[in-house]
Amino acid sequence: MYAFDYHRPTSVKEAANLAGQAEDAKFLAGGHTLLPTMKLRLAGPASLIDLGQVAELRGIERSGDAITVGAMTKHAEVAGSADVRAAIPALAELAELIGDPHVRNRGTIGGSVANNDPAADYPAACLALNATIVTDKRRIAADDFFQGIFTTALDEGEIVTQVSFPIAAKAAYAKFRNPASRYALVGVFVAKHADGVRVAVTGAGSNGVFRVPEMEEALGRNFAPEALDGIAVPEDEMNSDIHADSAYRAHLVGVMARRAVEAAAARG
Amino acid sequence: MTTVSLTVNGQSVTADVDPRTLLVQFLRENLRLTGTHVGCDTSQCGACVVHLNGQAVKACTILAVQADASVVTTIEGIAEGGELHPMQSAFREHHGLQCGYCTPGMIMSAIDIVNRKGSDLDEQTIRAELEGNLCRCTGYHNIVKAVAAGARAMARAPLQQAAE
Repeated sequence: MYAFDYHRPTSVKEAANLAGQAEDAKFLAGGHTLLPTMKLRLAGPASLIDLGQVAELRGIERSGDAITVGAMTKHAEVAGSADVRAAIPALAELAELIGDPHVRNRGTIGGSVANNDPAADYPAACLALNATIVTDKRRIAADDFFQGIFTTALDEGEIVTQVSFPIAAKAAYAKFRNPASRYALVGVFVAKHADGVRVAVTGAGSNGVFRVPEMEEALGRNFAPEALDGIAVPEDEMNSDIHADSAYRAHLVGVMARRAVEAAAARG
Repeated sequence: MTTVSLTVNGQSVTADVDPRTLLVQFLRENLRLTGTHVGCDTSQCGACVVHLNGQAVKACTILAVQADASVVTTIEGIAEGGELHPMQSAFREHHGLQCGYCTPGMIMSAIDIVNRKGSDLDEQTIRAELEGNLCRCTGYHNIVKAVAAGARAMARAPLQQAAE
């Protein structure tokens, strides 16, 4: 790991000011992607701004028809939250499938969405639940936020402060885990809202998380696994690697989507 | 250099460290607590698991400066008064190790599982909860037995569990 200057602000404002002053700064959330990347010297920021002591970034709140999760909230906290379990059980289940127990004790939702790893879980939940990503400057709809592999709408120095999830009528996440890394080989999040169905896929797309409009329309007419019969995602837009080729991933998208719909439909 | 102050196994520690020092390096090289191991150094194997403010974490993926003002417990900190922790005893009794390299992390994870899930653990739960700890000897069978027995023993020794 290359040397860096370390900063530990206690407020979002202080963190933003530090980012404005420091040359080549990166924010450190849970550190479970950034620190391994720095160890490999794939990243070598001159400054690290540790958000770990910014209390205002922690916590889960249910207000009206939304669950709002502070950016520095750990995966284990989302998985264990009674509010999340009651309002959007699929979101708690998704959090519980990330990494392993130790990773879930450190990794954060803000870090996950800001990094936008093409195999991360939270981006699929954000897209399917039509979440709003709140930053220190603005509110960004998930549809506009995720812009391709490791690419988001965030400006330089902009800090994710919260993610707000509308409470869907029914939702479920089906994930085919890479057994070694536990990242999604394919993960499909399905959410039935009052105004339609949203289907988001992570792990599979060669340009990161994406929605499947054809599945959404079919499920809007009939929210049942058989509604997806005959619908396939294009193979040439899927990832291909030693773990799974694009044909297999395209096939898994259909399988996981059916499983997610089945699980969502079974919720009372 | 950045100053860090934390509590490790009940003792206050203050030191000046290069910010890029990992918590596991700090424990092993500054404090000479070499029971916490470095296996993969990529947050996969779990040989470096310690408790940070009561939660199991991988010390190879945390900077020492991130643990400022925290309470850290390592494998060296769980025995009391010369008596092994019930989970340590269970690993010895059930031969829950082969080469022993992964054992400190396994034991720290096992205690964390009991703290979160209680002392009545079925095999499936133990195996699922240990997915962040790898044993390259593949000696999982006795590890799982040891964790189940250690969990039951922890229920019989509530004072020791609370002290941690």
